[in-house]
Amino acid sequence: MKARVFVTLKNGVLDPQGEAVKHALGTLGFDGVNTVRQGKMIEIDLAHTDVAKAEADVTEMCEKLLANTVIENYSVEIG
Amino acid sequence: MKAGVIVFPGSNCDRDLAVAFERVSGRKTDMIWHKDSTLPTGLDIVAVPGGFSFGDYLRCGAIAARSPIMRSVVEFANNGGHVLGICNGFQVLIESGLLPGALMRNAGLKFVCKDVELKVATSRTAFTSNYRKGEEITIPVAHHDGNYVADPDLVKRLKDEDRITFTYADNPNGSTADIAGIVSENRRVMGMMPHPERLNDRHLGGTDGTRLFESLGEALVGA
Amino acid sequence: MSEPEITPELVREHGINAEEYQRILDLIGRVPSFTELGIFSAMWNEHCSYKSSKKWLRTLPTEGPQVICGPGENAGVVDIGDGQAVVFKMESHNHPSYIEPYQGAATGVGGILRDVFTMGARPIAAMNSLSFGEPSHPKTKQLLNGVVEGIGGYGNCFGVPTVGGEVRFHKAYNGNCLVNAFAAGLADADKIFYSAASGVGMPVVYLGAKTGRDGVGGATMASAEFDDTIEDKRPTVQVGDPFTEKRLMEATLELMQTGAVISIQDMGAAGLTCSAVEMGDKGNLGVALDLEKVPVREENMTAYEMMLSESQERMLMVLKPEKEAEAKAVFDKWDLDFAIVGETIAEDRFLIRHNGALMADLPLKALSGTAPEYDRPWLETPPAPALVNVPEVDVKAALLTLLGSPNYSSRAWVWQQYDHMVGADTAVRPGSDAGVVRVHGTDKALAFTSDVTPRYCKANPFEGGKQAVAEAYRNLCATGAKPLATTDNLNFGNPEKPEIMGQFVGCIKGIGEAVAALDMPIVSGNVSLYNETDGKGILPTPTIGAVGLLEDLDQLITNRPNEGDQLFLLGETVGHLGQSALLAELFDREDGDAPHVDLSAEKAHGEFVRAAKAEGLISAAHDLGDGGLAVAAVEMGLASGLGVSLISGGPSDAGWFYGEDQARYLLACTRDNAEALTTLAREAGVPLKKVGGFGGETITLGKVSLPLADARDAHSGGLLKVAL
Repeated sequence: MKARVFVTLKNGVLDPQGEAVKHALGTLGFDGVNTVRQGKMIEIDLAHTDVAKAEADVTEMCEKLLANTVIENYSVEIG
Repeated sequence: MKAGVIVFPGSNCDRDLAVAFERVSGRKTDMIWHKDSTLPTGLDIVAVPGGFSFGDYLRCGAIAARSPIMRSVVEFANNGGHVLGICNGFQVLIESGLLPGALMRNAGLKFVCKDVELKVATSRTAFTSNYRKGEEITIPVAHHDGNYVADPDLVKRLKDEDRITFTYADNPNGSTADIAGIVSENRRVMGMMPHPERLNDRHLGGTDGTRLFESLGEALVGA
Repeated sequence: MSEPEITPELVREHGINAEEYQRILDLIGRVPSFTELGIFSAMWNEHCSYKSSKKWLRTLPTEGPQVICGPGENAGVVDIGDGQAVVFKMESHNHPSYIEPYQGAATGVGGILRDVFTMGARPIAAMNSLSFGEPSHPKTKQLLNGVVEGIGGYGNCFGVPTVGGEVRFHKAYNGNCLVNAFAAGLADADKIFYSAASGVGMPVVYLGAKTGRDGVGGATMASAEFDDTIEDKRPTVQVGDPFTEKRLMEATLELMQTGAVISIQDMGAAGLTCSAVEMGDKGNLGVALDLEKVPVREENMTAYEMMLSESQERMLMVLKPEKEAEAKAVFDKWDLDFAIVGETIAEDRFLIRHNGALMADLPLKALSGTAPEYDRPWLETPPAPALVNVPEVDVKAALLTLLGSPNYSSRAWVWQQYDHMVGADTAVRPGSDAGVVRVHGTDKALAFTSDVTPRYCKANPFEGGKQAVAEAYRNLCATGAKPLATTDNLNFGNPEKPEIMGQFVGCIKGIGEAVAALDMPIVSGNVSLYNETDGKGILPTPTIGAVGLLEDLDQLITNRPNEGDQLFLLGETVGHLGQSALLAELFDREDGDAPHVDLSAEKAHGEFVRAAKAEGLISAAHDLGDGGLAVAAVEMGLASGLGVSLISGGPSDAGWFYGEDQARYLLACTRDNAEALTTLAREAGVPLKKVGGFGGETITLGKVSLPLADARDAHSGGLLKVAL
């Protein structure tokens, strides 16, 4: 079973990378870009097939390692 | 030799590189702002310095490679001009398509700044002619993304064409085939992760980097 | 938007006690608005007002012919001759680093760099003094990794070489790590920029990153004790952007060259509030701000949030109106946001308008001038009992244990993550006595060191304070530099406890006496109090950052001896083992008194080291500190890859090899120079004794010996036991 974890910065937390990318897009002529926020996507291949357990496990992984919950949010997709 | 150094807002080895050229050539280095769209005339070599051109955000060198000046640098190279990229400059040259391969995060995942032993893999370039092939020299590295990645075909081609300029004696970053520096097909564009401009003074612990600039000075005299 | 009503709870949450609140009521003659309460809390908290420490800080020597500007500005300024000046300061970012180590440490580096370039100086060197909990504590590894990465991540990208520092581990820091960041910059002595505004109706200009809700309440947090609610304090974490900081520096320095800058202040703790008040106060002017003009990156920000935001990489300046076009060109070149957010006014008022409403109207001078000041009760630290039961030691095992301990092993794992060579002027890299950076384009150089021995300060605050300065002095002299001046970063527990306040007072007295005797006045500094968790305080940690000058790099002394060099010990050895590294690391004992520091011997011996170098008599030098003679001699051997032999001496092996008597150096010289060196010492009246020599691949300590490789393995692996 596959899980996908999306880690993004919390609202209001400065994203220096997003700011720099947004500016570079402007330089390349892409007008109308209001904001850019950069995050990461992590794919996990799980051995077991119990969806509820997978969700619980991956959530715990996020809390303990995958996301820095001081400044980041995460969401989990299973399947 | 008249040298020009490209300056991005986050470049921080631009001055060091300019000083190294000036010491050899006795001529003032042109500092070229990234927003300019054309290079000054009369340059013998364009150098892309180390640093964090645009914060190394997104991918190292990616945003810099798309800045206005880089179009002119690519054109300069395509017309047979000499181009040197050091550290972040190497990353920019790869992102610009002037050199093949990719530079990824160090295998050890940490930023690494230290002297490393390099093997001179060829002296058949304008950059390395004052070194002996096989010679070991000491040059510092300082990077987070210096892990040179190339597929077996590319490595074979680089080797067959004698395009690897330096290899690491003790690989600090996981680079394929210990590659520390390479040249383009026409041998006039070189990228390398180590910083020769940093060991270029007896007061700073060594002068093994000096001969790279002297090689260029001799190759490009009155060029 | 309506503001919350002022209640006693709200006042308390702002860290303002009843007495202080009454002072506010008396001052403005009415109940403050919410925004005003926030402004008071920012200005009057410990971090900004130094209310507990001011009385004692005033006693420190801050003057000397070399001092151009002492404490009170963003950083201290010291003359280095030839029309140039070094600008430097050290500042703590302890609490933020404990909460989010990477960003906390990164923004600490960012803050201190801004302090330096705000004064017109281009940063040329950085250092960090780091204290973590015991190696076995579950948080230590994560904090060490995060802090070191954060420092590297910020400093490397900004482009300043990190050339020195300290890393220590002790259980007293389990709940409060210390991150003290130092930066130094180079400026023309006649082009220093200050914070005092001048002229009425001058535009107040905001430059740099946009304002978010980062760190709202951060300065208040930095002065609060930690407890179980620490998780709730997390949203105030600031995120650093070194790329913006680099551009901010370049733009600021370029702007200064245009002559447009009247005054400038970086936005650090309590951002807009502190910087605006500072500029007005120093210039005897009022300031009016219009908050709709402030560049923001979040929606619906209130006046309160904008005034207290600690978003990083921002500057406030007062500019000459006629230079507006030139200023704008510089900001555009570097793609930085700027805005005119207010003006200077003649009346002594701090006026904050937001969307047409007056959100604050306070007497500006009184905000800083009438900040509370406390003469906190203090209890002198009782004299430490004399050391009894001095243990027998196995000299060889002791050496390997010390060299392999997380506290005294090689720091290469740390400083290899820092770009310590950017700028191509680093003459001595980290891992030696002091980092040395050439003054660009000259043969001169500046040496930087940071030192303190907290266990000494705990046992004997007065001698510990002296020792921190003396060790910094020695580290500078050991590189051939003449010590110039000092910055102090005073980290202590809760000052409301008389015994903690007693540690503070004792250390200050010791530091004061030492900087006076060694002629290295304090030119800048920072105080971090309330470093306590659940009532347990840190060791008193007054970090001393010091700067020295080498008139010529040919006077540089390294710690790397040559094969065949003889080894001389400068200074008296009594064999003081109280509070020694030996006791702590081998026997888990921290008892006895700290070693006492003879300041006149320190001065004489430091001068002798430089004189011996000037005469061309010595090939290497190293100061003796933790672990005494044996550790220092082996460190020199390891630096050159050479074996070392040391003779035995009295009174005991433990005291001779591992005693921590002060004012001592090791000097290496060739056989040919030995006699001349001895003669020079006799003439100078300093104690010098031949104790051994360098060569081969074996370490010999009196009767025992071991392979150099064993020492190297221990030394290079010690820190990795914690880090990996």
